[in-house]
Amino acid sequence: MSDSSKPASATPLLPRRRAILVGSSGGIGTALAHKLASEGYTLALLDRNAELSKSISNEINNHYGEIRALSYQHDVTDYNSVPDLLRRVVADLGGLDLFVYVAGFIHYPNISEYNFEEDRTMIEVNLLGGMAWLGQVAPLFRSMKGGQIVGVSSVAGDRGRVGNPGYNASKAGFTSYLESLRNRLTRHGVNVITIKPGMVKTGMHELPGAPRPVFVIMPEQAADEIWNAIRKRKQVVYVSRIWRWIMLVIRHIPSFIFRRMSF
Amino acid sequence: MNNTFTIFENFGHSLKASSYRFQPKNIEEICEVFQLAKKTGLTVNARGGGRSYNDASLNGGGILLDLMAMNQVLEWDPASGLIRCEPGVTLEQLWKKVLPDGWWPPVVSGTMFTTLGGCLAANIHGKNNFRMGPIGEQVVEFNAVLPTGAEITCSPNKNADLFYSMISGLGMLGIFTSISMQMKKMHSGLIEVHAWPTRTVEDHLGLLEEGAPKYDYIVGWLDTITIGHGQIHAANYLHEGDDPEPQKTMQLSYQNLPSRLFGVMPKSLLHYFMIPFTNNLGAWLINTGKYITSLRKHTFRESHAAFHFLLDYIPLWELSYGHNGLIQYQSFLPKETALQAWTEMLTLAKKQGLPSYLGVTKRHRPDKFLLTHGVDGFSLALDFKVTDSHRAKLHQMLQEYDRIVLKNGGRFYFAKNSETSAETARAFLGTETIERFKKLKKRCDPNNLLESDLYRRVFCT
Repeated sequence: MSDSSKPASATPLLPRRRAILVGSSGGIGTALAHKLASEGYTLALLDRNAELSKSISNEINNHYGEIRALSYQHDVTDYNSVPDLLRRVVADLGGLDLFVYVAGFIHYPNISEYNFEEDRTMIEVNLLGGMAWLGQVAPLFRSMKGGQIVGVSSVAGDRGRVGNPGYNASKAGFTSYLESLRNRLTRHGVNVITIKPGMVKTGMHELPGAPRPVFVIMPEQAADEIWNAIRKRKQVVYVSRIWRWIMLVIRHIPSFIFRRMSF
Repeated sequence: MNNTFTIFENFGHSLKASSYRFQPKNIEEICEVFQLAKKTGLTVNARGGGRSYNDASLNGGGILLDLMAMNQVLEWDPASGLIRCEPGVTLEQLWKKVLPDGWWPPVVSGTMFTTLGGCLAANIHGKNNFRMGPIGEQVVEFNAVLPTGAEITCSPNKNADLFYSMISGLGMLGIFTSISMQMKKMHSGLIEVHAWPTRTVEDHLGLLEEGAPKYDYIVGWLDTITIGHGQIHAANYLHEGDDPEPQKTMQLSYQNLPSRLFGVMPKSLLHYFMIPFTNNLGAWLINTGKYITSLRKHTFRESHAAFHFLLDYIPLWELSYGHNGLIQYQSFLPKETALQAWTEMLTLAKKQGLPSYLGVTKRHRPDKFLLTHGVDGFSLALDFKVTDSHRAKLHQMLQEYDRIVLKNGGRFYFAKNSETSAETARAFLGTETIERFKKLKKRCDPNNLLESDLYRRVFCT
């Protein structure tokens, strides 16, 4: 449920853009919520953890002394609730300029582990949830001839590694889905951004089995870089930028070598 | 329900809002939209011509009830001058219907593309507000449908509380479905206009007050760059016999605004040529030129359409203000304090380097409608261009303006100002009036289905 109070009004002299963040209570989601609020956005924060998103919205609203963030409880695997919820959230915000899907789930398996339950959850959260939302948001933005969609995928979607087949598949699927959306929507004035974070210091990297951290950045830096991508209407952005070059190399490792690697 | 939006703008192109658009053709279809809104949890706002300068006809993220398809004149009696129309009938349709029979709408706005439903919701006034009151005073009776599905009839004697609150009620209590109005008898399609210059603000207001009792219409143009320079136009209807050929002048072909300039250039292109003048220097040039050419006191006759619908004379003039559009700031001040307040306001604008490019003054009187903007005094409407670089500065100045107006006992008009805050509205309307309005809203619209961006801005925070 959202707060009963209404967000501050937009006027010609105090224009406000509106954004929805799905998965707003993770590391990147929280940092991005604060960043967008500081840029004057009115936000709808959707998360499975209602208390957490409520506390983030309270923090934002208290900081700015006006209602800039509304919070909603939502589980992205509850696909059927999406159309009604989207309609309600857009009505509460008074419109929509930006949609960000940052919900994500990861399980780090052993090198010989095949765990369908965990794989399914990763596909459901990382891919199907995104498709459920973007399938509703895309026609809306298309009819408005504007708006931006940000999908937070991962460098993990660039290559299938030995480490995590399920996660790689979910992120590769999401990256492809976003690319298709971009090709469908650019001609209608809608910009679609694929964000590919490398290593960001979030809860994901504190889970058992997480890889040794390299080139780690803080979520705040990730949020700044995502905001830059939004501001400049970019298309595919690695966060941080070094991952663009790392992945360039990794993408070009020939299979006869890659399949022998333990990474 | 289809999840596609339609983008709507205000008259000044300074606000955009996306909504689900429905275009009902009859009362049943309006009721269906209310049922859908109730089911989906969305809000509904009615829109007519979309000629308000602010967010009155917008409802971002909700349903917009576009009433332009309910545009039939239902009854017209050329003998008595009584007309009954659907809410989507525009003032253009109205005067074109009644003028050939020798009648004219007694109260009109500066553009003819407003609809009657919108005119009643905002309770518009014309250049004869001091004499005829707002448009609501010319309404004999109206029918409306409430969000509950109930259909009601209101007149000054029947459901009087709703008559005086739905007119001026910003479309937040119900939707007008038919409106009966009394037209005014004409003896010519022309109107006699007297024009003379003014040199100071004091002079200007004095002449407005002095002139009003002698004329049917009075309006002033006030230069806000060279403060005080201005011009007053006052007009009288022609009496029987003044016009040798009334049949000819009351024909529509005689009234039509010319579509070409000097007979050659299409006027639809004219707004492009105004772009170089929508800046401080350009506006000074135009204002000074206008003042110099008006120094001679003169009298002339022109058609009703040309006199009343000045805003339509240059089609799409509002586009010349650029992609951020314009806003209008109109303040209504009692005659005792107007001079002091406006001198302070105009001086502040000059000091800030934020002059208005068009200032228009009128004479007013109070009225009985609930959310009235009427005062025994004057109004000054100022047009400001919106640009990215001065947004914040202009916002600050207009907040200061609000304080000056409130301090001097002034009021605001809900079809114009786009920055009025809930606190300002409470200060000039009074808590009691707002409570009464909310109580009526609860009665007419128990599920709060009717909401506009304006309503949320002014009544919900």
